[in-house]
Amino acid sequence: MSQNKAKSKIGQLDGLELAPLLKLSGITKSFPGILANDTIDLTVKQGEIHALLGENGAGKSTLVKIIYGLLTPDAGTFEWEESVTSLSNPAQARALGIGMVFQHFSLFEALTVCENIAIADDQKLNLKTVALRIKEVSNRYGLPIDPDRYVHSLSVGEKQRIEILRCLLQRPKLLILDEPTSVLTPQEASNLFVTLENLASSGCAILYISHKLEEVRSLCGTATILRNGAVVATCNPKLETAKTMAELMIGVKLHNIKRSEKLENHDNRLQINKLNLKSNDPFGMDLKNISFDIQEGEVLGIAGVAGNGQTELMAALSGEIVQNDSHDNITFDHVCVSGMGVAARRAMGASFVPEERYGHAAIKEMSLKDNALLTTSQKINLVKKGFLQSNEICDLTQKIISDFDVRTTGLEMETANLSGGNLQKFILGREILQNPRILIVSQPTWGVDAGAAVFLRKSLLDLAARGCAILIISQDLDEIFEICDRIAVLYQGTLSPSITRESASVHQIGLLMGGKTGE
Amino acid sequence: MSQSFRFFPKFVLEPRLEVSGQWMILSPIIAIILTLFSGIIIFSLLGKDPFLALYTFFVQPLTTMFGITELLVKGTPLVLIGVGLAIGFKANVWNIGAEGQFTMGAVFGGGTALLCQHMESILVLPLVLVLGTLGGILWGAIPAFLKTRFNANEILTSLMLSYVAVLWLSYLVHGPWRDPAGFNFPESQLFSDYAMLPILIENSRLNLGALFAILVVLAAWILMARTIIGFQLRVVGLAPRAAHYAGFKQSGLIWLSFLISGGLAGLAGIAEVSGTIGQLLPSVSPGYGFTAIIVAFLGRLHPVGVLFAGLIMALSYIGGENAQIEIGLPAAVTGLFQGILLFFLLACDVLVRYRFSHRSVLTGGRCE
Repeated sequence: MSQNKAKSKIGQLDGLELAPLLKLSGITKSFPGILANDTIDLTVKQGEIHALLGENGAGKSTLVKIIYGLLTPDAGTFEWEESVTSLSNPAQARALGIGMVFQHFSLFEALTVCENIAIADDQKLNLKTVALRIKEVSNRYGLPIDPDRYVHSLSVGEKQRIEILRCLLQRPKLLILDEPTSVLTPQEASNLFVTLENLASSGCAILYISHKLEEVRSLCGTATILRNGAVVATCNPKLETAKTMAELMIGVKLHNIKRSEKLENHDNRLQINKLNLKSNDPFGMDLKNISFDIQEGEVLGIAGVAGNGQTELMAALSGEIVQNDSHDNITFDHVCVSGMGVAARRAMGASFVPEERYGHAAIKEMSLKDNALLTTSQKINLVKKGFLQSNEICDLTQKIISDFDVRTTGLEMETANLSGGNLQKFILGREILQNPRILIVSQPTWGVDAGAAVFLRKSLLDLAARGCAILIISQDLDEIFEICDRIAVLYQGTLSPSITRESASVHQIGLLMGGKTGE
Repeated sequence: MSQSFRFFPKFVLEPRLEVSGQWMILSPIIAIILTLFSGIIIFSLLGKDPFLALYTFFVQPLTTMFGITELLVKGTPLVLIGVGLAIGFKANVWNIGAEGQFTMGAVFGGGTALLCQHMESILVLPLVLVLGTLGGILWGAIPAFLKTRFNANEILTSLMLSYVAVLWLSYLVHGPWRDPAGFNFPESQLFSDYAMLPILIENSRLNLGALFAILVVLAAWILMARTIIGFQLRVVGLAPRAAHYAGFKQSGLIWLSFLISGGLAGLAGIAEVSGTIGQLLPSVSPGYGFTAIIVAFLGRLHPVGVLFAGLIMALSYIGGENAQIEIGLPAAVTGLFQGILLFFLLACDVLVRYRFSHRSVLTGGRCE
């Protein structure tokens, strides 16, 4: 697809009736080692919902940080309402009328909605005025929320509403949303879309960052697609298919993953029976009566919005939390492991990949070699009489790098320099090469670029085909539907019964994620 | 809520892509140079000729054989303690109480020496050394227990135990262990020759302890770089959650760090009294246990680095004494120099992970 052809489509659609609200031309920004934004042009008109599409690392975040005044570009011009300006901090951006809702919320859990909004307010209003304005704005845009509720008692969707309200109170002309649906259930997401359409029809422009193509197609009138820091196309997503946009984003043709035939075997590898766990974290989630099992060669997916007990479940299964008073509720290969620590569970042939990559699954400051050793040190050939066997460790690292296509500059490279996708390939590769009998993975492809995600999912399916029982805890419904045999939903610390993939629908799983059990 | 953290309009600090090996070595050297510059200013303010003062402080002690052996004598306890502390600091175990473990090493080992005063056996010395080391281990075990059992902050507990140890030694030499023939001075009897570490060079105080220090440096180097225990200690220090995830026993590693650092401080303590002093005094250390913290950091928490750092700090002790005698500088100048050096070292360390850049303006604030 040529860029000019795509641009001419827009011209026909929108005509010249609206002057651009924001016009960026030739925006360039480099960081040590990478050119994050390469002469980017972007025009956002009043009242339009404009998608900014791209893989992780394509430069979307850098670009919006420039628009919001968090970064200053190395080159290029920034025109706001047809006058050239430059921003040196977000307060200036807000003063112009630019608001931003970040992917990760910055809310104080122990404060109320109203306090949270007042604390970040540039106008320093008192709490009563803020509460009144919250009510007024939330009614106008259909964002119901009680200003006096404490944030920790709210759902993720409601927390996001606070962030949006916080922006709306400033009466923005341009609202930037960074991957807003990544934490929402499908139903919450469609509520959000109604709000955004309302907002756009009242004249506010919206810059919508996402890599979810279907929602971009249903919501946005224009899409600018970035790849490797440069604009590769501007198009009308309603006239494109998800597949063509994905190929523009990634730059290569996508292959669908094929699921091999399921093994006909009923050997229970992993069995969880009435697991209860009290969370250590005051804002954590207790697990209540969780039961499930996974058979040899089977992939079970646990869907759910973050914060519904995923962290606690992972810790209970990996042995990072050991409950001494519990009886027989976790069995690996018919052996009770409830009282065992991580090392003993690994010795049983289990492997784990936690959600957090840095500081949990891998260590930023250490070399790839050291990270390869992290979970494999029990293997006899890597350590002899307490001494590290450097050659064997090098061989293993080399094998992970080559088998899992990790792009590196060498074994001694500091792990912090791997991109998200490469790091996850390395971590998953390390665990898979141990030939686990049971693999428990949390968010296997979160924040990973599409090419790497396909590779990782395929690796997981290959492992299952060799007989490993796999548990995938994920927020990404597409992923769950793509690779799991059965799906269960974690909500408020309880797990729904599992449904086979063939009989499950996205709508049904979405309702379960939102806590509604009936159809 | 948002704020910009701006430096100069043109120069900004930005993270390096990888830790700079060159700056790992350059940073302590620059810190030393900056310390010398500060020295020039301070000596001038004190009304002394700054270059004469610096010469007296840092060069003159090295011009005689005796000065060099004294340097090694002072360096021995600093290196022994510093290596142990460096291992602990790598594992994120903040043993600040090496002074106490040093003192307890002196108490246990010195007590054994006094007990064996009349035994004429070559076994006395090994016994004294082992018990001295055990004393340090014991004193290190208390904060380890409190930390692993009650999650008590080891910085506070180990530091407070230092004062207990020092007062305990003071009580012993003022009371039960006072030399009856010592004219009421608070000192123990002189140890018998069988309890003394052999002198390595005639007419000096340089003793076998210095060799211990070198052996310990080598052993610690191998431990940290080549063994699974060293690997586990490094992991637990950098990322405790990753250590937990990997299945390493954290409490075991905390214990190990304390036992190693306590034991080495204890060994330094007994080597000091049975090698250099020859008896128990109310105070057996001019703050070696605390100075060793600086030594550990100056040496980049690497055993070989600690060896060099220990010698540099030893020079500051000897130079300080020399400057008191030769040009009448106050004794506090030694501590002042040590403090300034640590201060500059921590400041220069920023350059290991960051570099100055004049390409773009960094603004921070609410990021994702």
